[in-house]
Amino acid sequence: MKQTISVLVENQAGVLSRITGLFSRRAFNIESLAVGVTDDPTISRITIIVDSGNSVVEQVEKQLNKLIEVIKVRTLEENQFIGRELVLVKVNATPKTRPDIMTICELMGAKVSDISPTSLTLELSDTPDRIDTFEAMLRPFSILELARTGVIALQKGNGKI
Amino acid sequence: MTGAQALIESLKRAGVEHIFGYAGATICPTVDVLAQTPEIGYTLVRTEQNAGHMASGYYRVTGKVGVCMVTSGPGATNLLTGIATAYLDSIPMVAITGQVPSHLLGRDIFQEIDVTGAVAPFSKHSYLVKDANDIPRIVAEAFHIASTGRPGPVLIDLPIDVQNQKLKSYAYPEEVSIRSYKPSVRGNDLQIKRVVSAIESAKHPVIYAGGGIFLANAQQELLELAERTNIPVVTTMMGLSLLPTHHPLNLGMIGAFGNVAANKALAKSDLLVMIGSRVADRAILSPEEVQRRMTIIHIDVDPAEIGKNMRAEIPVVGDVKSILHQILERIQPRSGDEWLEHFQARRKEELSRPFPVKEGYVFPGSLMRKLGAKLQYNAAVCVDVGQNQIWACKHLTMDGPRFLTSGGLGTMGYSLPAAVGVKVAQPGRQTVVICGDGSFQMSFNELAAIAHAQLDIKIVLIQNSVLGLVRQIQDTPTYPAGPFGVALDGSPDFTAIAAAYGIPSRVIGDESEIDGALEELLHQPGARLLICRTDPKATTND
Repeated sequence: MKQTISVLVENQAGVLSRITGLFSRRAFNIESLAVGVTDDPTISRITIIVDSGNSVVEQVEKQLNKLIEVIKVRTLEENQFIGRELVLVKVNATPKTRPDIMTICELMGAKVSDISPTSLTLELSDTPDRIDTFEAMLRPFSILELARTGVIALQKGNGKI
Repeated sequence: MTGAQALIESLKRAGVEHIFGYAGATICPTVDVLAQTPEIGYTLVRTEQNAGHMASGYYRVTGKVGVCMVTSGPGATNLLTGIATAYLDSIPMVAITGQVPSHLLGRDIFQEIDVTGAVAPFSKHSYLVKDANDIPRIVAEAFHIASTGRPGPVLIDLPIDVQNQKLKSYAYPEEVSIRSYKPSVRGNDLQIKRVVSAIESAKHPVIYAGGGIFLANAQQELLELAERTNIPVVTTMMGLSLLPTHHPLNLGMIGAFGNVAANKALAKSDLLVMIGSRVADRAILSPEEVQRRMTIIHIDVDPAEIGKNMRAEIPVVGDVKSILHQILERIQPRSGDEWLEHFQARRKEELSRPFPVKEGYVFPGSLMRKLGAKLQYNAAVCVDVGQNQIWACKHLTMDGPRFLTSGGLGTMGYSLPAAVGVKVAQPGRQTVVICGDGSFQMSFNELAAIAHAQLDIKIVLIQNSVLGLVRQIQDTPTYPAGPFGVALDGSPDFTAIAAAYGIPSRVIGDESEIDGALEELLHQPGARLLICRTDPKATTND
């Protein structure tokens, strides 16, 4: 089962390598990982998605907590958080195929970030599922390049970790 | 004040009185300050790994964090096994490594290695110091982190330019506060109540005691709990000598290499009270089986140990000493029963069973039993890894002495340097090394440290000319080729080795010689080596 773990850490050099190192040496699999500084510049938030059973996730949480620079760890409850991912995708686009691609963009709420005579670069921020759909819809037009950020997440309502 | 001066000053403030180390170019500024600091003693090791083991031995008898200091590159990588050994046994340690100048980091210059990267999997924390002004804070934090919560080694990597950098001002922090590091001390009251009622309603509880009890300095509390409730105690290897061998409630060590009474009692109990112990495979081979049969209470300072390898119905997180106090405040006395008496009888049988005698050889079991009986009350026995360790675990009687070994990582060569650490800290304490001819050859270069400081360390070497425990593993149907690469052919004459360091020695090869040889070993002053010829075919099951 996919679970989303939100981790607040000291915003210092070396912290990320400690965290990823912990995952590899304890044989935990990372599905996605996204890092960025928070409103407090001394703190970064790392959002990690793991696809494992509950006991593994509990152990991941405990091991993360043991790292000195980790301030807080919380596994977010399903449906109780907003999770978003950003995708940038460059597709083949000729004047002939452009309208069809634009229709998909419109339906999905994606934006055009760049255009060239033979390509379009699109961006979409959404849930991983919808980004998968978007990607599947574009595949027939031939995807030249694609980059996803990994999910970032916050709890719904006024809950915070 | 320079970074090097700030470091040594901070070590003094942290209470450091001794450093085990090996100098090299990148640590020279600090070594130069150390040379002018008579308050801090220094032992030069012969290879850096042993500085870690010495610091470990030093801590384990004093409770004071051991410190080792080596140079960058190979100095640092050689120390890694010492740090890993400490990590797996939760031994607090501060390791200081020199490093190449910070502006050259990452250029692969002479003797540069990313030691903070290398040490990450087996250290509690590490620092790469970029600014000398951070040194007082980092040293204070390092000692705090190493010695609190679940203890462990902390590394400080110090580029040479930072050692030479002038500080703006120096102030050693009065208190350490790290917002992301607050280990629990007291156990949750509700959980304590559940522990007490589980113990009171259990029919056949057993206490499973581990090395965490030594780390928390809670031996007295353990004894009190066992005696008040008449609950038998089984120990892990790291928990050996928590209770005297002949204490009626001590059923011995559990596990594949453990004592029969301990294993049987554990298998038949309905409540396991685990205190300061992990569930490693050498102690409990099939956690699922244990879990299915009995209720488990798990008391540990590290929440990640609880439920890692075995589920516990009643977890209690916190300092073992505080938690035992909380339990002792509530728990009612209970009396022993026939169930307990049955295992006590088994234990007694085991402790007095006759050992086989083979002409021309010393049987390790008899050697251990006789050695144990002759040890001083508070002796420290440093035991190596291999058959010698298992024989000592099973048969060395310790009614007072402290048992030290590398239980988690199983690092061969641990015993001799660990004994140096013990003796440096407590010169008056009787200190005995038990090792095999394999492990002795991994660290006998430290006889130099013993000779130089004239340390009165007694070494018992079990010589069977083979890596016996590996041979035992190879001598099974799993390995059709049988024993290979384990015969210690080409080993030197150990008496000549000892003599080269000015250390007297004696060789025995018969049961009748054991008593006299041990008397001589223990009562003649100064370091001595006793070589005991043992049947190469002897196994730990004999």
